[in-house]
Amino acid sequence: MSATTAPTLPGRADRSHERVTLPRVIRSEWTKLWTLRSTRWSLALAFLAQAGLGPLIALIEMARWSHLTLQDRLTINPIDHSLGGWHLAQLAVAILGVMTITGEYHTGMIRSSMMAAPKRLPVLWAKLIVFSVVVLVLMLVAAFIGFLGGQAIFTQHHVNVALSAPRALRTIFGAALFTTVTGALCIALGTIVRRTAGGIALFVGVFFVLPGLIEILPSTTANAIHPYLPNNAGGTIAQALADPFTFSAWGGFALFCGYTVAVIAIAAVLLLRRDA
Amino acid sequence: MIEVRGLSKHYGERVAVDDLTFTIKPGTVTGFLGPNGAGKSTTMRLILGLDRPTGGIATVNGKQYRDLVAPLHEVGALLEARAVHTGRSGYNHLLALAQTHGIPRSRVAEVIELVGLESVARKRVGGFSLGMGQRLGVAAALLGEPATVVLDEPANGLDPEGIRWIRNLLKGLAAEGRTVFLSSHLMSEMEQTADHLIVIGRGRLIADTDVASFVARASSGAPVRVRSPQLPALAAAVKTAGGTSESLEDGALQVYGLTSEQVGEIAAAQQLVLHELTPVQVSLEDAFMDITKESVEYQHSETSPTDVAMPVSAGSAANGGDS
Repeated sequence: MSATTAPTLPGRADRSHERVTLPRVIRSEWTKLWTLRSTRWSLALAFLAQAGLGPLIALIEMARWSHLTLQDRLTINPIDHSLGGWHLAQLAVAILGVMTITGEYHTGMIRSSMMAAPKRLPVLWAKLIVFSVVVLVLMLVAAFIGFLGGQAIFTQHHVNVALSAPRALRTIFGAALFTTVTGALCIALGTIVRRTAGGIALFVGVFFVLPGLIEILPSTTANAIHPYLPNNAGGTIAQALADPFTFSAWGGFALFCGYTVAVIAIAAVLLLRRDA
Repeated sequence: MIEVRGLSKHYGERVAVDDLTFTIKPGTVTGFLGPNGAGKSTTMRLILGLDRPTGGIATVNGKQYRDLVAPLHEVGALLEARAVHTGRSGYNHLLALAQTHGIPRSRVAEVIELVGLESVARKRVGGFSLGMGQRLGVAAALLGEPATVVLDEPANGLDPEGIRWIRNLLKGLAAEGRTVFLSSHLMSEMEQTADHLIVIGRGRLIADTDVASFVARASSGAPVRVRSPQLPALAAAVKTAGGTSESLEDGALQVYGLTSEQVGEIAAAQQLVLHELTPVQVSLEDAFMDITKESVEYQHSETSPTDVAMPVSAGSAANGGDS
């Protein structure tokens, strides 16, 4: 019907091969990600935090070695101390994840995005894929730099460990993976809330306020709930020495991924149903 | 080809679009008129798949917008509301849209040149003036060389130069044979560019007609101006025929409720001399004001659909009565 009713315009090139596909929406989202100043700053901050904070902590510990008690010296944890930057990296990536989608709602860009890809879900998938791949690659590189840089500094007083040490590689990958999946979760949160402030508040509330509230409860109740909190469940994989009231590293991370998938599913349904 | 069938959109209790049915034929410039808040933007958003209709269906070239495999090639849209990330440059905005369809970079450069944004295309959109923003919106709409272009209040807030640019653009699009669907709450632009009019008020269809018929319809209640050396006799004859009249300062008589043909025949029957017999022309703007009057004035009353759909009848146009 369209072929017969739409007038053929003079000089119009054959554009039949130009149609919306997921790889093309991914390309578009790749362009969108790198053409905003806020993205580049946030990713740079996350990278610096993951790569630099660990070695900085190591430097401080080594410089103050003579002031440390025996107890302090024995509890230096070369893996976790060199990778601790993920706490800050996670915050930067989470905020950027929220803004990846709420920035579009705030400016009205979402309408252009939805008109270009009216099936809508490819836009969400493309955002998740592009953001996750970029964050994972950056955080992996940063975590290796942080770990190796930290160990180089720890050699000063021989408290360093090798890459082959138990849990070293797992924690490096874990820190990068936890930050990455947190970012994906925050894209979904942003899609649900559609407001930057609301999305960030929700992230901070669930990750940092909720654990504090749970601690007020009677200890048996608190301990029972504790491992299920997203930050505790997901954090197991990013720490070589996890606290005793949590799941195993991969078990906890699997639970965190489960939460993320559930939130993404809600975001997908809402994105399809709501008016843009 | 845009087809709208029984389209409705409710926002809670508020009815924004109420059972609209119309067709935008290929190769025409169709004006979409209505007072502010009549539901024009909502209707366009429903056509473009941004909002989900409460009832009915809107299709573009036989398919719902959401089912189009290459929407930017089928229909280009300029929305009234902003639809650009202010932190991105105009070039990158267009590039990101082009990439969703595999449209080459050369076409992005082409549309930038077409709308005259070459000098600012690499700057952040946040610093754009309203006119530059509209040009970028037009560039985005034309990116896929669509045969159909939908524009929501394109002249809104533009300076005279910007308005002239939009007017020339519309003429150009029409001359190329594109289907143009253009909304406005102002008539002056439509009179020059539109072939066809769809008029809505309070979300309902008021008229779906060509421009000439629309004016004629509103003119059916318009007065007739006559000059005659035998005015008192003519005024009496008009009164007998069921019309009313008033004397004008320049010595002419303004007759209401009768057509110019009727006045001429009355004069002939009474053997009265006429020096002038002129149907008073109603401009498109007057016609629009008149026909949408009720949908503006009685927004909160319980006017029945038939009253709104047929507000112009002989004798009521002069006082706008809604018997």
